[in-house]
Amino acid sequence: MSIFSTPHENHSSWRRWLLTDTPTSRNHARVASFYQGWLSFKSNPMAMFGLLILVFLAFVAIFAPILAPHDPFTQDLSNRLAPLASEGHFLGTDSLGRDILSRLIYGARITLYIVLLVALIAPVAGLFVGTVAGYTGGWVDAILMRITDIFLAFPRLVLALAFVAALGAGIENAVIAISLTAWPPYARIARAETLTIRNSDYISAVKLQGAGPLRIIMRHIWPLCISSLIVRVTLDMAGIILAAAGLGFLGLGAQPPSPEWGAMISEGRKFILDHWWVATIPGLAIFMVSLAFNLLGDGLRDVLDPKDSGS
Amino acid sequence: MTRLEVENLWVKFPTRNGIFDAVRGVSFSLGEERLGIVGESGSGKSMTGRAILRLIRKPGEVTANHISLDGEDLLQLSEREMRRIRGQRISMIMQDPKFSLNPVMTVGEQMLESYAQQAKGTRQQAKDKVLEMLEAVAIRDPLRVINAYPHELSGGMGQRIMIAMMLIPDPDILIADEPTSALDVSVQTQVLNILDKLVRDRGMGLIFISHDLNLVSAFCDRVLIMYSGRIVEACAADKLHEATHPYTQGLLKSLPRLDAPQERLQVLDRDPAWAKADSVSGIR
Amino acid sequence: MSGIIIDKLNVWFDTPEARVNAVKNVNLRVEKGQSVGLVGESGSGKSTILRALTGLIPTWSGSMEVADEKLGRKRSHRFYKKVQMVFQDPYASLHPRHSVDQVLSETLRLHGFSDIDQRISKLLSDVGLGPAFRFRYPHQLSGGQRQRVAIARALAPEPEILLLDEPTSALDVSVQAEILNLLVDLRLEHGLTYLMVSHDLAVIGHMCEYIAVMQLGEIVEIMPVKEMRELRPTHPYSRHLLESSLGYKSEDNSVQ
Repeated sequence: MSIFSTPHENHSSWRRWLLTDTPTSRNHARVASFYQGWLSFKSNPMAMFGLLILVFLAFVAIFAPILAPHDPFTQDLSNRLAPLASEGHFLGTDSLGRDILSRLIYGARITLYIVLLVALIAPVAGLFVGTVAGYTGGWVDAILMRITDIFLAFPRLVLALAFVAALGAGIENAVIAISLTAWPPYARIARAETLTIRNSDYISAVKLQGAGPLRIIMRHIWPLCISSLIVRVTLDMAGIILAAAGLGFLGLGAQPPSPEWGAMISEGRKFILDHWWVATIPGLAIFMVSLAFNLLGDGLRDVLDPKDSGS
Repeated sequence: MTRLEVENLWVKFPTRNGIFDAVRGVSFSLGEERLGIVGESGSGKSMTGRAILRLIRKPGEVTANHISLDGEDLLQLSEREMRRIRGQRISMIMQDPKFSLNPVMTVGEQMLESYAQQAKGTRQQAKDKVLEMLEAVAIRDPLRVINAYPHELSGGMGQRIMIAMMLIPDPDILIADEPTSALDVSVQTQVLNILDKLVRDRGMGLIFISHDLNLVSAFCDRVLIMYSGRIVEACAADKLHEATHPYTQGLLKSLPRLDAPQERLQVLDRDPAWAKADSVSGIR
Repeated sequence: MSGIIIDKLNVWFDTPEARVNAVKNVNLRVEKGQSVGLVGESGSGKSTILRALTGLIPTWSGSMEVADEKLGRKRSHRFYKKVQMVFQDPYASLHPRHSVDQVLSETLRLHGFSDIDQRISKLLSDVGLGPAFRFRYPHQLSGGQRQRVAIARALAPEPEILLLDEPTSALDVSVQAEILNLLVDLRLEHGLTYLMVSHDLAVIGHMCEYIAVMQLGEIVEIMPVKEMRELRPTHPYSRHLLESSLGYKSEDNSVQ
């Protein structure tokens, strides 16, 4: 454009292709808008830092058998509670002589598993309830939102404890329990967004094409709610990991000898005064991953927030 | 007498595709007169108004040889001194009063607060001043309006209250950015009459930013026409219809007219040369 | 065959405090192929009539008939094939996450067309946008281009009647001229019937044959545009509107 005085003329051609304002095909348009989102995400160093940690976590989880120096379940009672940087055990060993580093690496799989499952269940349930309530209004709205309020009224961990107690201990049940307690805030957010979206002209315009409520909710309202839910989910991830760790710590989540990080802290608790690293190392891991998700969520908010997407 | 003089004003925004120049080398002066700035959206007219008050948000950047108010260069002032200028010497009215008034405070409280920021006086003095201003903008029962919340007032009333608030400190210069375009025509006339009277009675300088050529031509003394960040033409308002620049002519001809029906409206053919030409000086 | 017949229409909104009567006892007839304008100031109920017609406002009484179909509470699919609307603000009437292609193909699919690709290219060229615009998102378009997309969407089901709700009031004057020209051309080409709402008398004067002046929810006068041009409206409010639209005049003539 003539009104831009461009200081750097040496854009490579693919970059220009990606930054175009005149996409030439459906896929080109999609890739270009994705790339522009990526550029603004990339300009946030903290968010990039968060993303880097999570990519690293995923890498570790996938290649755990290759990366782990020892088997996470092999006990060596003659080498119990070895300190940090002892020979062959960089992060020491726990009360049964198992290598903490290896357990941490395998634990990343469990953590990711929990996080992904909850992230798939809770926001989807919340999105569904919230948009249906918001779009339909009337008594449907009243009933769905009162149910949401009931779930919101309980402290999260207490409710999860009740569910796990009823369902039985174990990772899957912990995930279900956490999801059941995590959806109400998403429903509230989705409903609030729906209330503003449903009166907009573009919704009126599709109504005038004869579109039914289901199509309007799924095709027109969901895409606008999803971005704020994604942001909210990444910000909540830390809480989810902590809840899972909390259940593990209380013996209601992952069961021994599973190397879930919360359960590892729980085991190390008995020796915390004399052998602090046994509990502290998995604690640090939880802290780093939670922080990473928070930073990522912050960065995604800047990219995805519909309020700025017009500019 | 020249109150405000702007020379070679630029407003730049860095973007991903390079630097975007919203205002490019604009110069003009303002005396005790009504100066209109017209142009289409994106022409830089609002940016010019905001740049004078240094209200361009980061990462936007304002540069100029000088922006002088009675000989004092506003660009040399600290942010703190600038706040004094904004409150007391130059005021600004925005397009939509709905977004400029605080919805949870009564009109009276807001006006008293803005008075308290400008001057030290007793509460009674402040109240008198507020009532005086409300009367100056032709509000019939000011006592009722003082206790009302913004949402209880009509758009025209809200805009008049904004004007009244801006006038409390007796500014030398008023910048009005599309003050009437959110209003119905009949209310528009009222608001313009009030602005008109204020310029005459108080010897104020008025910068009237608008997209409406006919309105500016009828209301102002002098007009600057802006196109893509620069002034393409400066002329006396009543001579606007004799304007020579093809852009100005094109704009005027593209308007439908009740008194002269046409089959088709003329469409503006934009010449890329208009955007490249140097800015015309609006200094008198 | 008739276009739109509105008889004793009342429209109201229920708020917690009270019932607001937005349209009161309105009678209006638009013959097929005619173009009729509704003018009035904000809050006069002119847009409300359009929204009641399209079924966006359910709280009304009276009778409405469009293209020989009597309207009830619910609009049939047939209705939306015959009647379409262009909204005031092209910045609000396009879904921010849908490309032009998505908007048009969804509309065409909803109306049961199968040759979607050809129809999209035809619609885009009808509204003066090249094929290059097909895959752009709203934020990559100017206001005028967005309004052209909105018009293309309204034309997609090949309607007989277009309801125009201030289609140019959010646009610059030079763009307004382009859009108004386009609307005039489309009407000739497709034999459309227009019911247009505007606060701008000059725009209505350019586009329509008849003007209905509204004040506080009522139609106070209906006249041919010619009468308005010759400055002989009879109702005082129409006169007042006409005078204020002829331009600003200073109260104090000694200065001018």
